[in-house]
Amino acid sequence: MTGPQIVLKDITRVYHVGDQDVFALNCVDLDIKHGDYISIMGPSGSGKSTLLNMIGLLDSPDLGSYRLDNHDVSHLSESQQADIRQQTIGFVFQSFHLIPRLSAADNIALPMLLAGVNPQERNTRLQQVLTDIGLLDRASHRPEQLSGGQRQRVAIARATIMQPKIILADEPTGNLDRHSGSDVIQLLESLNTKGMTLIIVTHDPELGQRATRQITMVDGKISTDGNR
Amino acid sequence: MRLFDLIKFTLGALTFSKLRTSLMLLAMAVGIASVLILTALGEGARNYVADQFASMGSNLLIIIPGKSETSGVNPSTFIGSTPRDLTLEDANALKRSAMLKHVTPVIVGAVPVSRKNLQREVAVFGTTSNMVNVLDVKLKQGKFLPKSSIDLATPVCIIGAAIKKELFKKENPLGKWLRIGDRRFRVIGLLEEEGRSLGMNMNETVIIPVVSAQAVFNSSALFRILVSAKSHESLPKAKQRIIDIIKQRHQGEEDITVITQDAVVATFDNILKTLTYAVAGIASVSLAVAGILIMNVMLISVSQRTAEIGLFKAIGTNQFQIKVLFLVEATFLSLFGAITGLILGHIANSAISNVFPDITFAAPLWANIAAILVAMFTGILFGILPASHAAKLDPVQALYGK
Repeated sequence: MTGPQIVLKDITRVYHVGDQDVFALNCVDLDIKHGDYISIMGPSGSGKSTLLNMIGLLDSPDLGSYRLDNHDVSHLSESQQADIRQQTIGFVFQSFHLIPRLSAADNIALPMLLAGVNPQERNTRLQQVLTDIGLLDRASHRPEQLSGGQRQRVAIARATIMQPKIILADEPTGNLDRHSGSDVIQLLESLNTKGMTLIIVTHDPELGQRATRQITMVDGKISTDGNR
Repeated sequence: MRLFDLIKFTLGALTFSKLRTSLMLLAMAVGIASVLILTALGEGARNYVADQFASMGSNLLIIIPGKSETSGVNPSTFIGSTPRDLTLEDANALKRSAMLKHVTPVIVGAVPVSRKNLQREVAVFGTTSNMVNVLDVKLKQGKFLPKSSIDLATPVCIIGAAIKKELFKKENPLGKWLRIGDRRFRVIGLLEEEGRSLGMNMNETVIIPVVSAQAVFNSSALFRILVSAKSHESLPKAKQRIIDIIKQRHQGEEDITVITQDAVVATFDNILKTLTYAVAGIASVSLAVAGILIMNVMLISVSQRTAEIGLFKAIGTNQFQIKVLFLVEATFLSLFGAITGLILGHIANSAISNVFPDITFAAPLWANIAAILVAMFTGILFGILPASHAAKLDPVQALYGK
């Protein structure tokens, strides 16, 4: 494929807090290649999560343009953006966001359920991904019966079940201990080596330095952007 | 999303929050059950009245003096009485017709009835022995009017249970004398307690021979003539025959009204049907209340499940799909509520039927169907607001609990 996968130009996002305008993102330009491994670091409120949500089409910019795979996606309708999220993007959150009443397997299968994938196909993919994350024996456990690391692995499995091209992870190890955190990172990195673009937002410098390209943000702007 | 998955997912969500779900089911069920019980009461009353009339014999024709027009006015409207009275001779003339089985003249008037120093005003019935064939009159003691000639003024009477209690206390009234108006009558029969006929309380009546009554009231005008036809099929013919006979006797003037049992029943039927509809309408207000409750609880559910909705958006569910998810949930709630209500309503109805075995309580089919439809409609209607509320949530705020 030619050209970068993600092209952000002059992206600006303003929040109105009281009578003040807060620039969560202030004229951000960013190109991301296919299969990149990127970490975004910076202090709280520097706009790194907003940038991630922008890339994931959960938030839309007040100014600027966003091209994904050479298509302008910043002006698509709500349902078209939803389709792109479904097919192209997988989210991993700090607090896992698993549905408590569903089993691990059902949580993983949820995107397929909502996309209307047929049951046989669902089952095949589910078995595969459960094996990949090593939770085949925990498939029928509910989230409350799993450890933090297991929960995040379930969440990652859910993010990848639709075989997206981009994985967006917001502080994926933020709620985990060191050991299970490194398990989760290895799982994410293995997805990257399979060709998925991986973008991780983190506070943890050690984690950030593992990425091939490291971006630091301050006050809604990219302050440093360098390759390892 | 596949239909089966949608249903399974919704049922999962509903069974997970048991208290919330069962409260909503209860609200809907109470609404439905009240509609069913109230319509059953209305229908029960209607059937009861119809049965009562049927027990009077479906071959009954009632002759009323004066022509009542369906519209407009006639002279009697202003005078208040008819130019020609129905007389005993009219009744005798009818008796000669082969088409008419029993002819019972009835004359009614309020006169003082006394015994020793006790006296009260009583609605006195003047009639003939035929009355037992036409109306549902049961005797507790003694016998009814003698089967003598229609125009024999025998001084005998039959008294109602209340009259007996008031004038005779615990004494046996049979064979005793009673003063009705300015004449004396011997009591030969006592009516069974209870029993209403033609809207009259038979407990408080005294029955005497029709000719005696004419003398007591000093009037020859009959109040009604009750006629029973040979069969139900011959009713229209019998009606025409009556009109012909009376017309002939009344110088060609058709100055009577003949009503059939069916017409009376139909009138009552109409009144009670309207009543049933009105009651059902009132009961359906409780369905609307249930709908509002569903809306309320669904709104709470949406705010409790904000993070879940945020996640749905993140994994590519669009606004329309989220709206459908919540609407399906509301629909299922109303449906199950309706089914629970149906069961409750039918249990209550059969319980009432057990307490009042005389009256059959059962909600009519239309009430069952209407209750379910109204329940579904309100459920969906009041589900729209919470569903679109959920659909319009901002995904970032929903996910990060802001």
